[in-house]
Amino acid sequence: MALGKRSTLRRILTVDLPMLAILTFTLGPYLWMLITSISRESTLFTEGPSIWNATIENYTRLFATVGFAGNMLDSLIVALGTVAVGLSLSVTAAYAFSRFNFRGKRFLMVQFLLINMFPLVLLILPLFVLMRVLGLLDTHLALIIANSTVAIPFSVWMMVSYMNGIPRSLDEAAMTDGCTRMQALRRVILPLCMPGIIATGIYIFITSWNEYLYALTLGGRNVRTITVAVQTLIGEYEVQWGLLTAGGIVGALPATVLFLLVQKRLISGLTQGAVKG
Amino acid sequence: MTQADAPDRLHRRPLSRIVLPYAMLSPAVLVTLAIVFFPMVQTVWMSLHDYVLFRPHAFDFVGLKNFRTALNDEVFWISLRHTIIWMAATIPAQLLLGLVTALLLNQSFPWRPLARALIIIPWALPSVVIALMWVWIYDSNYGIANELLLRVGLIQRAIPWLANPDTALAAIILTLTWQGFPFFAVMILAGLQSIPRSYYEAASIDGASAWRQFWHITLPGISGVIVTAVLLRTIWVANSFDVIFVMTGGGPGYATHTLPLYAFIKARTNLDFGYGSAIATLFTLMLMVIVLLYLRRTGKAVQ
Repeated sequence: MALGKRSTLRRILTVDLPMLAILTFTLGPYLWMLITSISRESTLFTEGPSIWNATIENYTRLFATVGFAGNMLDSLIVALGTVAVGLSLSVTAAYAFSRFNFRGKRFLMVQFLLINMFPLVLLILPLFVLMRVLGLLDTHLALIIANSTVAIPFSVWMMVSYMNGIPRSLDEAAMTDGCTRMQALRRVILPLCMPGIIATGIYIFITSWNEYLYALTLGGRNVRTITVAVQTLIGEYEVQWGLLTAGGIVGALPATVLFLLVQKRLISGLTQGAVKG
Repeated sequence: MTQADAPDRLHRRPLSRIVLPYAMLSPAVLVTLAIVFFPMVQTVWMSLHDYVLFRPHAFDFVGLKNFRTALNDEVFWISLRHTIIWMAATIPAQLLLGLVTALLLNQSFPWRPLARALIIIPWALPSVVIALMWVWIYDSNYGIANELLLRVGLIQRAIPWLANPDTALAAIILTLTWQGFPFFAVMILAGLQSIPRSYYEAASIDGASAWRQFWHITLPGISGVIVTAVLLRTIWVANSFDVIFVMTGGGPGYATHTLPLYAFIKARTNLDFGYGSAIATLFTLMLMVIVLLYLRRTGKAVQ
């Protein structure tokens, strides 16, 4: 018994306490932002942020005066559009990579990986020029296209790894029963991949929702996503930290909630390739 | 798939077999060519021209002039130095903290699932929100960083962390470390869990100490994951200049200018797309050289 107690104490000292310290470091800034956002602006600088006398006045002001609802709608349209483009283009491509052997397969797959290796700053200038020529600046479409530059290669890779996990014998069985390739893909493989597709879609949604530099460069006036709106808040309401942090919480909320919902599946998908490779 | 219904049954199979994968790939490949590959080439092309956006008709070929300008540009060298400090400090810091976190999360303790779910939160936050909340933390009058340090007695008076050229870059590096270390933790944890338990059991029977077990079993077991994670993070950190842009805009002065940020600012505020493209191209080349060297070295080391 004495031994058991000692080892529990040891575990608390060597595992629980350090873990708690790291978690405090991880969550502290976020919690601090949360507490600030529910503190009264009038007492924020005299008494400091506190959870006693919590208020939602910052949040009501955020939606009433700053027009955050419109920004959230813009973000939603862009994020959903990117999910649609990214998933629809990559399903057939991933199926081809997963099921066929053809000339140039390795080369093409490596290209899809390499594309993610180039820094974003290389793309942002020509995309601005391109959108300007096409007259797409400040439209949802421009942001959807820009976000797709990341979303398409990413979802191709994710879907290939999910489809590789589904036995080929299933497609062959479907085709023996008279399905064409496309029918086998649509009726057999896609339903089985659904969890993977949803996880990939949610990941694309989160990255598009969180994206800032494209949204600032290619949009900004008519189409102002939540990230740009938060940044504008910083400039306009410099010292009103109650309002600012409320904006931060609202801006981060959809992505955070979605992420916590799917994180297990997502992380296993993301790390699978790395662990095997 | 209409081609597949061609009447000639003998030719149907092979032809569709050859064409089908390419047909299925073509939408993704064509779109990627149009929105990624073509713009990248265009950046290099723009970098060889005098191209300032408010003079719409001037697009003169000037060869390597923009690159020569960069080499004589003091701000370019300042930005390069900051880029090296920025990446050389952030990535190892993230790796180290991530490794410690992963090793802790790999132990068994009652609230492990909760800790594992919460640790990843910074990763899901928009960079703008991260920048906002750290600006608030670093605030020179009311920020909690100053208050805590004052109370502990580590500093005598409040420091304007982001407005002081000596501390601004370090403050940003801390923010980026915070943002990125959960990624390492999660990746390394997955690697740790793929190491068979029996290795450790055999080692303890042979009387190997915890340190020797870490050195001879754990580290080799996760080296592959670490190589991949460092590579992915390098690209990510290179792209994370949006946090810097929101936090300081590159200032005070040029104290937090890095190369991608400098290229972005040149194009955005000066509308000098030719010069901006040249800096972006130079930065990409440097990054590629580092990535290649890294892959060659680690490739040998891992084997």
